[in-house]
Amino acid sequence: MSSFFSYLIAGISLGGIYALIALGYTMVYGIAKMLNFAHGDVIMIGGYVAFTAISTMQQPVWIAVPCAIIACILLGVVIEKVAYKPLRSATPLAVLITAIGVSYLLQNVALLIFGSQARNFTSVVPDDFSVSLGSINISGETVVTILASVAIMVALTLFVNHTKSGKAMQAVSEDRGAAQLMGINVNRTISLTFAIGSALAGVASVLLCSTYPQISPYTGAMPGIKAFTAAVFGGIGSIPGAMIGGVVLGVIENLSKAYISSELSDAIVFAVLIIVLLVKPTGLLGKKINEKV
Amino acid sequence: MLKVENIQVYYGMIHAIKGVSFEVNEGEVIALIGANGAGKTTILHTITGLVAPKSGHVLFEGKDLTKIPAHKIVYLGMAHVPEGRRIFQQLTVLENLKLGAFSITDKVQIEKNLNYVYMHFPRLAERKNQVAGTLSGGEQQMLAMGRALMSNPKIILMDEPSMGLSPLLVNEIFKIISEVSKDGTTVLLVEQNAKKALSIADRAYVLETGNIVMEGKASELLDNPRIRAAYLGE
Repeated sequence: MSSFFSYLIAGISLGGIYALIALGYTMVYGIAKMLNFAHGDVIMIGGYVAFTAISTMQQPVWIAVPCAIIACILLGVVIEKVAYKPLRSATPLAVLITAIGVSYLLQNVALLIFGSQARNFTSVVPDDFSVSLGSINISGETVVTILASVAIMVALTLFVNHTKSGKAMQAVSEDRGAAQLMGINVNRTISLTFAIGSALAGVASVLLCSTYPQISPYTGAMPGIKAFTAAVFGGIGSIPGAMIGGVVLGVIENLSKAYISSELSDAIVFAVLIIVLLVKPTGLLGKKINEKV
Repeated sequence: MLKVENIQVYYGMIHAIKGVSFEVNEGEVIALIGANGAGKTTILHTITGLVAPKSGHVLFEGKDLTKIPAHKIVYLGMAHVPEGRRIFQQLTVLENLKLGAFSITDKVQIEKNLNYVYMHFPRLAERKNQVAGTLSGGEQQMLAMGRALMSNPKIILMDEPSMGLSPLLVNEIFKIISEVSKDGTTVLLVEQNAKKALSIADRAYVLETGNIVMEGKASELLDNPRIRAAYLGE
């Protein structure tokens, strides 16, 4: 029984990381109506920034982590400005292909600079953060990940529902034209969304690389796809949906690894997604899309 | 106050507006009437910057609106009640109204505007915490109008406020438009319901396939035999 709880808690922690990444996908989809497939690779770049700061430049954690977050924010906003904004009125397919292109670009830039070999990432969490509950040992990374994800999700929910910028984001996601008539600057709102999504990616990058202490140019790809799955699972465009989807996915993945097969765990995750979408095509909390008359 | 000068609008190859000019003076109620597809909505979208004209100008108190981005126009004192209401369905009535006052930073002024809107639309006050998508069609139209009035506009542009409403509700909506006009807001009204629009307007322009074909005092147009035949069904 105690091993079940430790698998469960590790799953919640992994799910917290997925949720942070999924929030970036879902917010950008809700507001810019596009799938930003480069999101996972922004995480990888954030990881390399933290890695460089800690291992190469010997900087303390309190400098390395903000550096990673700021680098992700800048990268996310620049990608939006340079690659996506010129395509604002293009077909969704053109935007999707551009996003995939940006994803490969980031991976190859990382390959050029850091090489293809995976490097060891020094965890940003000190060893004495681990907690023992009876016979269950919870690693410091798990504790920090769960606390950080919960705090960020609460803050984000408050921001979206109780600030003027948050309300503007909701308005733009529902009706861009009507939002403009209210005086909302749509371009600025989209930039803000990318900045927030990328900041969450920055946090996720440090947590992810600390939990699985390695980094390579492909580090962001799989978690990116899983988090995208989590966002669809929860109902793409829905913020609470991404949170729930991320956590559920992390738990399913970890429990299948522990009790079924570690090779099959990814397949099980995607099978669950397919089943959920068959039963509820809009995802768990997805909104019914009303056709405009 | 508002002067539209020879605007031409294309949607791809389609020449939707073929050189339209008209003028709205302060305090007037101006009706723009015409059949479905005549270009009425396109003209309003051009004025508030949702559509860019190929040529021509829109002057509002001397400023050329075609050179100003859409989201800045409400700050100049122009509100637009779009066709089909386009309220924020997932948000509550109160949240919609507050978004209507997005351009205003003074909390006291927002409160004042809210009371003004509630005075004209007591139904919105009763339903302020209801999700807007669950309102009836008439209530959604009231919300769209209330949301526009929340920005304290000098001029309000209304696109088909009678669309899809029962005759009783149409009367109520038009009564409120007259009241808003009496309170000092200039009104530019686009309507298919020509009879109703002409009954409250000072002047009117008749639009046919992207051209203004007739203009004059609303009372005179109401008596014009051609208008009676084409738009009033007589």
